[in-house]
Amino acid sequence: MVWKKTMVVFLGLALLLFPLSELTYVKSVLGFSNQVIQQGATGDDVIELQSRLQYLGFYNGEIDGVFGWGTYWAVRNFQYEFGLEIDGLVGQEVKNKLNKASNYDEGYVKEQIRKGNDFTHYGGTPKSQQTKQGNQQQQNQQSQQNQQQQQNQQQQQPEEPTAVNVPSGYSQNDIQLMANAVYGEARGEPYVGQVAVAAVILNRIKSASFPNNASGVIFEPRAFTAVADGQIWLEPNDQAKEAVMDAINGWDPSGQALYYFNPATATSDWIWSRPQIKQIGKHIFCK
Amino acid sequence: MGKWIAIILLSITTVGAGIWGYKENQDKNAVLIQAENSYQRAFHELTYNVDLLHDKIGSSLAMNSRDRLSPQLAEIWKISSDASSDVGQLPLTLLPFNKTEEFLHDIGEFTYRTAVRDLEKKPLSEEEIQMLEDLHKKSGEIEGELRKVQNVVMKDNLRWMDVELALATNDEVGDNTIVNGFKTVEKSVDGFEGSVTQTSLGSSGPEKSFRHLEGDKIDKKQATKIASQWLEKVSTDKLTVTKSGKGADVPMYTASFQNGDKNGYIDLTEKGGHPLTIMISRKVGEPKISLYEASEKAKEYAKGLEISNLELVESNQYDNMGVFRFLYTQNDVRFFPDSVVVKVALDNGEVLGMSAREYYNFHSERELNEPEISLEEARGKVNPNVEIQENHLSVIENDINEQVLCYEFLATMENTTYRIFINATNGQEEKVETLKKAEMKFNQEV
Repeated sequence: MVWKKTMVVFLGLALLLFPLSELTYVKSVLGFSNQVIQQGATGDDVIELQSRLQYLGFYNGEIDGVFGWGTYWAVRNFQYEFGLEIDGLVGQEVKNKLNKASNYDEGYVKEQIRKGNDFTHYGGTPKSQQTKQGNQQQQNQQSQQNQQQQQNQQQQQPEEPTAVNVPSGYSQNDIQLMANAVYGEARGEPYVGQVAVAAVILNRIKSASFPNNASGVIFEPRAFTAVADGQIWLEPNDQAKEAVMDAINGWDPSGQALYYFNPATATSDWIWSRPQIKQIGKHIFCK
Repeated sequence: MGKWIAIILLSITTVGAGIWGYKENQDKNAVLIQAENSYQRAFHELTYNVDLLHDKIGSSLAMNSRDRLSPQLAEIWKISSDASSDVGQLPLTLLPFNKTEEFLHDIGEFTYRTAVRDLEKKPLSEEEIQMLEDLHKKSGEIEGELRKVQNVVMKDNLRWMDVELALATNDEVGDNTIVNGFKTVEKSVDGFEGSVTQTSLGSSGPEKSFRHLEGDKIDKKQATKIASQWLEKVSTDKLTVTKSGKGADVPMYTASFQNGDKNGYIDLTEKGGHPLTIMISRKVGEPKISLYEASEKAKEYAKGLEISNLELVESNQYDNMGVFRFLYTQNDVRFFPDSVVVKVALDNGEVLGMSAREYYNFHSERELNEPEISLEEARGKVNPNVEIQENHLSVIENDINEQVLCYEFLATMENTTYRIFINATNGQEEKVETLKKAEMKFNQEV
């Protein structure tokens, strides 16, 4: 009698813990590639890592495919709880433990990412309660795109992360604006010359005698010819963007210059009087 | 008959062209006036702000009560920042006007530092009052000159568009009244520079850079050899080597090569032949190796610098590139100013760049003082609402450009991570940084 009762209670508990929707289709995917995942990484593996950590309740942030600080602490806590070495690196051992302890519903996660929904992936909660639809307009666009996509797309493609790493202090839009300026000013120059132009913008931001933000420096009247003649609004290529990223990350081939000019077209005597540092491509860089 | 038709047609087209031309001209004038007005606005605002600056500095000198002084200094700080922003909107970039801009910046620096200080405990020193008096005097001179220019501009209806044109075509810049006026303003600040640097807050003073470079001077031949070693052993006759001009912070050699689609570039210091900037540019394909694997390559590469104790502290993946930041460590103390950055292509793990400029700029063999307060004491200084996850000892540069030994805490609150530095000598909270989270992608094409 007592046995029966406990059985019933246990069954009830089990049903509470594993709602039907979970039971119907749970596929444990051993999807991790065999790379070691570390902080700063982006991509498919990170989406899976975040989903699995969230399933176990270690990770409460967004599943965005970027291994940031939140994910880092989650990994460390996981390593601590499971008695692994606490180093924040996701190697084979960590992956094995994760695979064993959690389920990863890849189809669900990727679908939510594709639809741009706000969602979570906690274990033991029905999926329907974990999704919040994105705003209506976006939804419509997305669903149209989805239909097209489903037609085009037969095999599942690796899903792109929904976020990107940006250097601290700058947003994607700041980077875009600087890339515009660099492209307008130096698109015919060698790559190093483009990085140097980006570095000059950053040096000006740091300097006391110029405005202290990117847009102030770029749009200062007469500061850049590309701004004056509208070439700044040309669509920049990826190289210009990469040059800006390099400059933000600390590369400065200009030698901390504040000015540069093209000796063939420079009209100001004053600019020639500045102490010169070096020439890269067509530009002379100076203090 | 034909003649009449021709006459009518001609007159219609003439009238049409006339109307069209008139409209075009009007549109153009409207745009010009718009541009002129925004210049005028910036200029008049500048004179107003400098006026105000002079007044406020004056009244702060006359102030006695400390609890009024702090807000007053904070206000001066704000006005100086407004004035700087006005200068930034005028077409003065090609004019030597940087001393005035630096002067405004110095006022801002000085008042900020004194405004945030507890003046009850640490009142203004003699020197600082002297400094304030100097600032008052100089701002008065600038104000006077600007007022003069403003008067002429209004009396003679001078236009900033003409200044812009004069500067653009470089035609007799000397004749433009506004340009002359601003040159006089600049001259009046000229004499000030010296006194600012003495009170050691000068932004304009000579930078203390690259003072601790070690090694002997190298010549061009040696530079070529070293450059080739860093640039994938490219043969020395493919390298173009030049020496830097007199504007450089530190004399250096620059070597570059072009090899089909690939080009490389390196800056070497003349003293010691240390690499400051290395860049190799080529097309990079889809990422194939992991960030972790790339970090191992970066570590291996950084060993080539022969710097003992470089520690990897930050790694980031940007599309198909991995960027790794290393810090110099000494007895487990991390030196934030002494950093080296290495970039690795994630398609084949090739190192595509290194920047060691910061390291060579700041690095010196420093005597480290022992922390005077214990880790526990420092922990007590941290906001109790954050959860401390990790701690280190670090040397950072604080906001008055001093290098200080700090306890570094990595702490979390909700889903955000913070880096908190507590001074290890006096327990002051030197700096709190929010560590950036990844940014959402906008209008991505799904």
